[in-house]
Amino acid sequence: MPSRTAVGFIAPLLLLMIVVFDAPILYMLALGFWSKQGGFTTEHYGNLLEATVYLKVLASTLRISLIATIANVLIGYPLAYWMRSLSPRAQLVAIALVITPFWVSILVRTYAWIVVLGNGGIVNSALINLGLIDEPVRFLYNELGVTIGMANVLLPFLVLPLFAAMLRIDNRVLQAAASLGAPARTIFWKVFFPLTIPALSAGALLVFILSLGFYVTPAILGGNRVSMVSNLLDKLINEIPRWEQASAISTLLLIVALAIFAAYRHFDRRVQS
Amino acid sequence: MSGIRLQGVSKHYGALRAADAVDLDVVEGEFLTILGPSGSGKSTLLLLIAGLLAPTDGRIHIGARDVTDAPAQARNIGLVFQSYALFPHMTVFDNVAFPLGVRGVNRGDARHKVTEALRLVRLAGMEQRRPAQLSGGQQQRVALARAIVFSPDILLLDEPLGALDRKLREQLQVELKQLQRTLGITTILVTHDQEEALSLSDRIVVLADGRIQQIASPQEAYLRPANRFVADFLGIANFVPHDGGEGVLRPERVQVRAPDADGRPGRIAEAVYLGQSIRYHVELDGGNAIVGVARFEGTPFHINDRVSVSWASQDVWPVPS
Repeated sequence: MPSRTAVGFIAPLLLLMIVVFDAPILYMLALGFWSKQGGFTTEHYGNLLEATVYLKVLASTLRISLIATIANVLIGYPLAYWMRSLSPRAQLVAIALVITPFWVSILVRTYAWIVVLGNGGIVNSALINLGLIDEPVRFLYNELGVTIGMANVLLPFLVLPLFAAMLRIDNRVLQAAASLGAPARTIFWKVFFPLTIPALSAGALLVFILSLGFYVTPAILGGNRVSMVSNLLDKLINEIPRWEQASAISTLLLIVALAIFAAYRHFDRRVQS
Repeated sequence: MSGIRLQGVSKHYGALRAADAVDLDVVEGEFLTILGPSGSGKSTLLLLIAGLLAPTDGRIHIGARDVTDAPAQARNIGLVFQSYALFPHMTVFDNVAFPLGVRGVNRGDARHKVTEALRLVRLAGMEQRRPAQLSGGQQQRVALARAIVFSPDILLLDEPLGALDRKLREQLQVELKQLQRTLGITTILVTHDQEEALSLSDRIVVLADGRIQQIASPQEAYLRPANRFVADFLGIANFVPHDGGEGVLRPERVQVRAPDADGRPGRIAEAVYLGQSIRYHVELDGGNAIVGVARFEGTPFHINDRVSVSWASQDVWPVPS
């Protein structure tokens, strides 16, 4: 039982959370059922189903998030695996390099990608000078650019928990597998990889759910051509403005995210038991 | 089943010599214990034989085969660690079946062998448990079953009982010895526990600073230690003057009697009750200390009692100092 004193200590925080976090969310949820004339309506949710543009944006948000998550796993897993093999000192350096982007504003990092990936950017001029391509590859203002930018921003969220989980794997367990006759490939797939699945799935889920709410990266690297839910919300709130419709979409996105999380919990419990 | 031969095996880490020119012959079917304090290089020696470390120098043979350059996978060795090193995501059955799976043993044979191995370590019926659901002693039995299920040529045990409490450890020592005798498998046990070494082994190897100090039967090493280190490491050693040099005298050979008997006069500094016997720490007049063990009968001496201490000179074993 929490004591009276403890409640006294956390009361200011509770109050702050309720006023600035919980109340606005409840207000936002309610807004989706608010008609312009006042009173209850489900027309905003009806709009979501009728005007296909909303569902299209939601589908492309899910697709881009999924691709960014897969890209993150494909880059992040080998990176974490390699970091595990380093000496403790080199591991510190590697962690610092992985975390460094956190210290740079997301805006700066995203604009930096324009310099790197633009038609006259480093990557394209290098590829042209090497004679690998004649025309510059269009990295920017499409889904490719958005995916690259998002994968970059989100990588630490996958690599750090994954790396921590890999460090916890007892080397003796791997040595035991070798002494029992298992070739390196079997040790990896039958012993090492299964032991990293909980951290890998948790990290991938985190990356995916964070991806769903991305705004800056698709806004800059996608030009106006790639619309994710957050960019659509920006238009609905700041340009049109239709707050009630924005609320309905936000609620739908929240439900999708919660559904994915519930599916993950179910899967995770089955793995654990 | 095979013997093991180490010829001039060394493992250097920079200036540190974890193994220093070790020569060792393990006879087929023998139970050999490598005994030494922590940091003596005993685990290094085991990992070298297992192929999990590569020697800086020297050759390693298992049976007729030179395995110096063979990877751990190709050595057909059963290995058990102190930390058990079970696969936490697999059931007991899958853990024990793992070495059979990588050897391509078919399902029916594997099931039969796993059942047999679990029966040998008295874990029948535990097949579907996970390691986390087992006690330490049970986990160590699973590790043991996993290490013998594929009929390895030799069995290596790295402080296998070190994490268990005393009572369980003694029970498992007996079971381990019986199992080794049943299988007749060449076994090397690494431990820092001298009681374990003395009770289990055909021969013991005492190791210090990566060098072998003595290879002998437990009795021989205890009563005729090759040097001061071995004498001191195995049990309690009294060092007494002998033939102008120094000799080791075991407490069982020291007689502690009433002060009117023949011998050197002294005073009981400490009396430790051990059940069947009692251990006296005696301070001799003149400042030297000596330890004697006597059967617990009649009226024991108490602290500060005057006593007379004596021993026979043939019970003193000379050691180079």
